[in-house]
Amino acid sequence: MKQFIAFVRKEFYHVLRDRRTLLILFGMPIVQILLFGFALTNEVKDSKILVVDYAKDHASGQLIAKIGASRYFKIQKASLTRQEILSTFQQGEIKAVVVFPGNFNENLLHANKAQIQVITDATDINTANMVTNYLSSIILDYQNQMNENLAIPYQIIPETRMLYNPQLKGAHGFVPGVMALVLMLVSVMMTAISIVREKEMGTMEILLVSPFKPVLVIFAKAIPYLILSLINVVAILLLSVFVLDLPVKGSVLLLFAESTLFIITCLTLGIFISIKTDSQQVAMLISLMGMLLPTMMFSGFLFPIENMPVPLQVISNLIPSKWFYIIVKSIMIKGLGIAALWKETLILLGMTAFLLVISLKSFKIRLQ
Amino acid sequence: MEAVSVKSITKTYGKEKTLAVDNVSFSVEKGELFGLIGPDGAGKTSIFRILTTLLLADQGSSSVDGFDVVKDFKEIRNTVGYMPGRFSLYQDLTIEENLHFFATIFGTTIEANYHLIEDIYVQIEPFKKRRAGKLSGGMKQKLALCCALIHKPTTLFLDEPTTGVDPVSRKEFWEMLRRLKEQNITIIVSTPYMDEASKCDRIALIQNGKILSIDTPENIIHAYPDQLYAIKANEMYLLLKSLECYPDRLNSYAFGEYAHLTFKDYGADLTKLKGYLREKGLSGVELNAIEATIEDSFIKLLN
Amino acid sequence: MVSEEKVIVCDKLTKRFGDFIATNEITFEVNKGEIFGFLGANGAGKTTAMRMLCGLSSPTSGNATIAGFDVYRQTEDIKRNIGYMSQKFSLYENLTVLENIEFFGGIYGLSDQQLKTKTAELVDRLGLKSEAKKLVGSLPLGWKQKLSFSVAVLHEPKIVFLDEPTGGVDPVTRRQFWDMIYEAAERGITVFVTTHYMDEAEYCNRISIMVDGKMEVLDTPANLKNTFNVGSMDEVFYQLARGAKRAD
Repeated sequence: MKQFIAFVRKEFYHVLRDRRTLLILFGMPIVQILLFGFALTNEVKDSKILVVDYAKDHASGQLIAKIGASRYFKIQKASLTRQEILSTFQQGEIKAVVVFPGNFNENLLHANKAQIQVITDATDINTANMVTNYLSSIILDYQNQMNENLAIPYQIIPETRMLYNPQLKGAHGFVPGVMALVLMLVSVMMTAISIVREKEMGTMEILLVSPFKPVLVIFAKAIPYLILSLINVVAILLLSVFVLDLPVKGSVLLLFAESTLFIITCLTLGIFISIKTDSQQVAMLISLMGMLLPTMMFSGFLFPIENMPVPLQVISNLIPSKWFYIIVKSIMIKGLGIAALWKETLILLGMTAFLLVISLKSFKIRLQ
Repeated sequence: MEAVSVKSITKTYGKEKTLAVDNVSFSVEKGELFGLIGPDGAGKTSIFRILTTLLLADQGSSSVDGFDVVKDFKEIRNTVGYMPGRFSLYQDLTIEENLHFFATIFGTTIEANYHLIEDIYVQIEPFKKRRAGKLSGGMKQKLALCCALIHKPTTLFLDEPTTGVDPVSRKEFWEMLRRLKEQNITIIVSTPYMDEASKCDRIALIQNGKILSIDTPENIIHAYPDQLYAIKANEMYLLLKSLECYPDRLNSYAFGEYAHLTFKDYGADLTKLKGYLREKGLSGVELNAIEATIEDSFIKLLN
Repeated sequence: MVSEEKVIVCDKLTKRFGDFIATNEITFEVNKGEIFGFLGANGAGKTTAMRMLCGLSSPTSGNATIAGFDVYRQTEDIKRNIGYMSQKFSLYENLTVLENIEFFGGIYGLSDQQLKTKTAELVDRLGLKSEAKKLVGSLPLGWKQKLSFSVAVLHEPKIVFLDEPTGGVDPVTRRQFWDMIYEAAERGITVFVTTHYMDEAEYCNRISIMVDGKMEVLDTPANLKNTFNVGSMDEVFYQLARGAKRAD
């Protein structure tokens, strides 16, 4: 045990004395969260939107004035055909088009129901989502204002159309996404590199020719990264709650338990990579190409999995971060509990067990 | 008692079965300072790794302190000390931290075996807060030796400890080994420097995975079959070229400021040689019969 | 053959890194065709000095001309007129013998015709015909080093710098290597060599020994042994370097 503690302490020395490692460890998650967070809020301010008003009546005029008064939007008025709307989007300056149908006021007064079409450019998912949300809330606000003294309420139904990417994911999906990404990076890549470094430096030779159990070398290496990753989880959550105003709806305890599980999955993956490779470069490449890219591609964080071809959907099931992404999103945003997440949790557990077994199987107590 | 025994071990690498160690056998007595002398790629490191249980030989068996290197690898890992060829300590840890770490890993403390390393450690102690990566070659080597010694090993394996180290540090290092030998630690050391051979009790000359000769340095020198001559002249390159063309020559080569020459069985005619060299236009010729060195023996064995 | 022409002229060449004087006012000259031994303990300042002489690092003060070119202003000309070989980096292991020769010939601007004749000549002289298409990594160390020396002098430089060229090589190959050095020197190439083998130091026409950044001695091996009244270069070196205060 004393040996084990000495080993873990040594690992902390390594991490704390290497500025680059520290930077990746703690700088990256903070920068990522802030970057994603502020890129979002800044983008929406003063967004140019196009209003196509076929109604030109009292109600549409009021609503347009209300939209124009908000600090989020700058309005340009135009009357355009559908084809022209498409081409303005392609120029990229216009974030959204709001279309009032010809008999807007009339519908509202007689049928108590009117429609507005909101078309957004969803190539930029986050902006499109924010624009839609803001527009919807402005419209809702207007509706409530009108309804204050009415027995039968008016209803304005914004019909939103997202061009280019109709099945848009939730706007706050990036926090769970960044969490999966950062934990993956720290746990897989850092662990793999730090074990392979011992091989490359020749210190592994000395450690093997010592009474210290070789398997313990591996576990002692993993412990500091488990702790550091948990610190990262805390940092990301604090940032998202206090800086980005994204509260954790579900159980924080459950979130930590699931994060720990995912970190352990990643650590075993890192260990497995380190067993199979002999140079830091290769370990890094495999971690990056084999783990980080799939995390970005297949976790559902940037691209909706449902839209992928079936073979890719099948592949995405092999990516641990996909399951973790679902878990974090469910807990943080939807506020779900373990009852809804047991399947994903079991999958992660199974992956961990599998990786651990093949790691232990392929671990060698000698060189080569 | 035998500290190390190696019986016909063979080791090949890769799919092409490149032969690294070719049917090597030797044994080392307890308390002996044994040298494996040979160039890079001769198979020294492979032999060390087999004996330290890091590699499995394809064939043959070997034991350290009576323990089999395959079956009893755990016992061996508990008792031997090993210093690999490259500097293999943690560069980002200080001298003190490295030493403390290795002591703990081996289940001991610095205090318990301080007497073993004291001689060496006092030389680097003034820098104990300095990181290992910032030490000079000679100091790194001393630290590595301390770390390999800290658990009081019965047998010490030192793989090319003096490679790339300047002559002064090399000399100091061999003095340290001499003193360690007095503590009754068996030491097996490898080196590509032929002049270090004479510092060992016994040596094995090794090339291309084969042992060319094993004996005490004195016996190897005495076994040199020919009479060797050292020749000096003002024009060194011309001398070497001329000797190469001399009809009675068995072998000749540069050796420090001299050229070494052996004659074919029949022709140790020195007057004839001097005449020949004068004819070639060499001046200041000096010619002496000398005793061979280990390097001469090695060259002889290679030819 | 050693001629009177000076190819390296150093005058109080100095390199500082902050407070640290790596190379301290070294002054010496080397003749064309000379084999010049550049010795010193680890950390004595050899590497820094070599870098300045090769035009890789600019001196802090002092002057030096290499093959007639100034180390401050004409570093590109210097690089064209020198060859360099070190034990650590010499050839690309994953290229074949021929590809290595072609590559290095190419970067030194040899014409296709020159390259062709040079390559044939070199492969023939080293007896590498059957290995010409093999990867350099698969050759024994001794051959690699002989090949890398040949490549370093492929463009017939005025000076070739050798940084511990024979480390770890067997005694026979080492001598074959020195044969090549002698031959190059005979052709008029100046050889500037560092080594930790003291017997090799004896092969040099003249030897300098650096201690703590200063060039302590510079003379022929025979004169040095006389001056220090000892029997071997090993002891000369030991007497000088033992007093060294700094290490790298």
